[in-house]
Amino acid sequence: MRRTSRIIRIRRSPEHGPTPPTRRSVRAAAALAAGVLAVSLTACGGDDGGGGGGGDDKGKASGDTGTTVTLPKLDGQTLEVAAVWTGAEQKNFKQVLAEFEKRTGAKVTFVPAQDPIINFLGSKIAGGAPPDVAMLPQPGAIKQAVEKNWAKPLGPEATKELAKNYSQGWQDIGKVDGKQYGVYYKAANKSLIWYNAQVFENAGASEPTTWDELLNTAQMVYDSGVTPFSVGGADGWTLTDWFENIYLSQAGPEKYDQLAKHEIKWTDPSVKEALTTLAQVWGKKDYVAGGPNGALQTEFPASVTQTFTGGDQPKAGMVYEGDFVQVNIGETKAKVGTDAKVFPFPAVGGTPPVVSGGDAAVILEDSEAAQALVTFLASPDAASIQAKLGGYLSPNKNVPQSAYPNEVQQKMAKALIDAGDDFRFDMSDQAPQAFGGTPGKGEWKALQDFLKNPADIAGTQAKLEADAAAAYGN
Amino acid sequence: MAADTAAGAAKTAPAAPRSRKSVTGTRRTVAALFLLPALVLLGALVVYPIGYSVIRSFYDQSGDSFAGFDNYRALFTDDGIRTALKNNIIWVVFAPTVATALGLIFAVLTERVRWGTAFKLVVFMPMAISMLAAGIIFRLVYDQDPDKGVANAVWVGVHDTFAQSSAFPKAHPGRESPLEPAGGGAFVTKGTVSAGDTVTLPLVGVAPDAMPQDAEPAAAPEPQDDRITGSTWQDFTRGKGVGALNQVDSAELGYAGMRIEAVKDGEVVETATAAADGTFSFSSKADGAQLRLPASNFKEPYNGLDWLGPSLVTPAVIGSYIWMWAGFAMVLIAAGLAGMPRELLEAARVDGANEWQVFRRVTVPLLAPVLAVVTVTLMINVLKVFDLVFIIAPGSSQDDANVLALELYRKGFSEDQPGVASAIAVFLLLLVIPVMWFNVRRLRREVRR
Repeated sequence: MRRTSRIIRIRRSPEHGPTPPTRRSVRAAAALAAGVLAVSLTACGGDDGGGGGGGDDKGKASGDTGTTVTLPKLDGQTLEVAAVWTGAEQKNFKQVLAEFEKRTGAKVTFVPAQDPIINFLGSKIAGGAPPDVAMLPQPGAIKQAVEKNWAKPLGPEATKELAKNYSQGWQDIGKVDGKQYGVYYKAANKSLIWYNAQVFENAGASEPTTWDELLNTAQMVYDSGVTPFSVGGADGWTLTDWFENIYLSQAGPEKYDQLAKHEIKWTDPSVKEALTTLAQVWGKKDYVAGGPNGALQTEFPASVTQTFTGGDQPKAGMVYEGDFVQVNIGETKAKVGTDAKVFPFPAVGGTPPVVSGGDAAVILEDSEAAQALVTFLASPDAASIQAKLGGYLSPNKNVPQSAYPNEVQQKMAKALIDAGDDFRFDMSDQAPQAFGGTPGKGEWKALQDFLKNPADIAGTQAKLEADAAAAYGN
Repeated sequence: MAADTAAGAAKTAPAAPRSRKSVTGTRRTVAALFLLPALVLLGALVVYPIGYSVIRSFYDQSGDSFAGFDNYRALFTDDGIRTALKNNIIWVVFAPTVATALGLIFAVLTERVRWGTAFKLVVFMPMAISMLAAGIIFRLVYDQDPDKGVANAVWVGVHDTFAQSSAFPKAHPGRESPLEPAGGGAFVTKGTVSAGDTVTLPLVGVAPDAMPQDAEPAAAPEPQDDRITGSTWQDFTRGKGVGALNQVDSAELGYAGMRIEAVKDGEVVETATAAADGTFSFSSKADGAQLRLPASNFKEPYNGLDWLGPSLVTPAVIGSYIWMWAGFAMVLIAAGLAGMPRELLEAARVDGANEWQVFRRVTVPLLAPVLAVVTVTLMINVLKVFDLVFIIAPGSSQDDANVLALELYRKGFSEDQPGVASAIAVFLLLLVIPVMWFNVRRLRREVRR
């Protein structure tokens, strides 16, 4: 019996190609697949770096926000708002929408979108049912939406509200060809260094404000027996963010803009200077956790968690990245504000850099209600509601500091507002994707090679320039 | 097929000519009707995309103008694609052969053990896991950190049984230290010492957990007339930084077991080992010598191999592929073995052949057709490998682990170069065709038999 069945299998198997399905194996497969699924799910949970609320945001938005903006009565009207936000971030934003519904009587539906949202909107518009308002993440996306005639300019009320609450710089990046299209409702601060408070205490170190002080602090941490920095080098974007902060502070906003548009070459002396500065951290023996090779295999989520686990002896004392780091800190036992603290990226040149990102509200279907919603989003009323809930920063300068739930949030918000018009959007986000956003290519790869060999500044510059020239097509 | 049956039916029913025609006609229509969904699906999902890819590969990036063979030229000039091509060759040569060889070994050996089926089940199990899940598993297996990655844990374990690491790997001189680097990781005093002197050799940077168990609070050296005495300790107080610089503070620990050499004119004249409180002493022989802390004190703990670094990443990923597919090869080969006439093996044994000769001269030649099918199937499979490479290789070495299918994806979706991506797709198709043709021919022959 057993023998025959084997012989049958042999006859069939070659015709069957890759999977000879036997009952037993199928059943084993099912059991194993279930187990593996669990593993992969937990593994995936970690890399959701896109934001989301911190762990410290359980307070309910109450009606105590003062009314600073007058909105029309919109009873019976309906609106759709599309954004890529999920989880706590989405939940918090819905509370803002609820407040809008309460004040105007309109009905607002949140439409969850996928990244990249511009492609999502494309299919919605092709289907003839675009959302009324969409949250677009980059200046480039707004420009694209305008070029395709999707976006509608803001009306006078919204523009007035915006001018009242936003600095010129934040207004300007929502403009295309001189017309105001976007209201930056949410901002990200990517100029922060997070540190393990216990490590700093043990080392007797304090928060630095200049690059030299940072190096001094790093040395103290190193002398105490802890590696100063954790770098998530397996993800190229963390490295480009390092570079951008140093470059913005050292070379200044004008040069930064020129480099972002590739109007100056990457072989420029200012780039050399920035890389030399960067090498003072990356190139120093034992300054980067795991050494260059270890850092190149550390992904961003691990670079955060390894800084805040391990008690007195974590793998590193400091980790650089934006405000969304707190999401990953949430996966450890460390508490933001007591165990995990933050200081603004120190000034390399005259002023400390503020590299940021953000989501802008753009109107796709013009109506009184859509205009009113954008006006509301431009007001401190809306921003204060979400600020209270945590995990959120507003570029609105009239949002009071006290609206933020904890000291860390307040500090990040203050740094963002204090930068005035000197903040800049992430440079690699502005570059063509082949250069600024592809694993193993362009800027990501060049800086990874630089992390491995920080002595090779000229070679890195040449490689950056060659890749940039190919990607920008000039 | 349908036409054949229809014709056959027509021949057996000559009595009703009118209905014959209608029957044939209906059957044709029915046949066409039944074939239609399959044809439409095949056309829409297979033929059309292939055709369109071929056309697209001759157009430029935007798809507006004809580009001739430019995209195909890029195939052989672009660095990324060339690495991918080279890696694909490595894959096609090594992955199927090693998987088949392992499968053969497992199959032959499991035939002889009692728990063969259980063993086979275990080896076959990885097949039940998706490539993606296997990728995630092996990402962990190859983790650099020996505390997480099994591969490095084993490697480091083996290494450390033969070579000990030192106690003070990260110790280094602090500010205004009397020590300076002497090359190779050793540190040496700036000046010379003479009898009656006391010497302090402060260092910093050893993590409190990493300090030797027997270390005691450091003691300042006591001067002695005819000897050189000194102390070496961790000049760092938790929470207070260095405390009094280059002086022993109460909470600071001695470097128990630190080796110190007295060096005169490049030659070691005497050596000493620090006591639990960090103190040591030299006789007057060391008069006029420099004191050196040899590099052996500071040797870094071995951190294992860089599995996912540029040089090892492709073999590492191939390893995970073999883990998955050796079971597949084994099952097919075991089936072939089971169907093999036992008489031939018996005859060979009766003729005095030993087991190796039986395996080499009888089993393998008889299994050759099965081995060929397995290898060829795996080759087709390997040519399109994507998920394992995409998941296992970290971003920093994805370039070095690149294969054609991954490069296709990157060119098409993240670099916005659909023309080049289509050219890669067509090229991959061309690579697969001869192997497929071989397989189909073999199948036909099998069916005829």
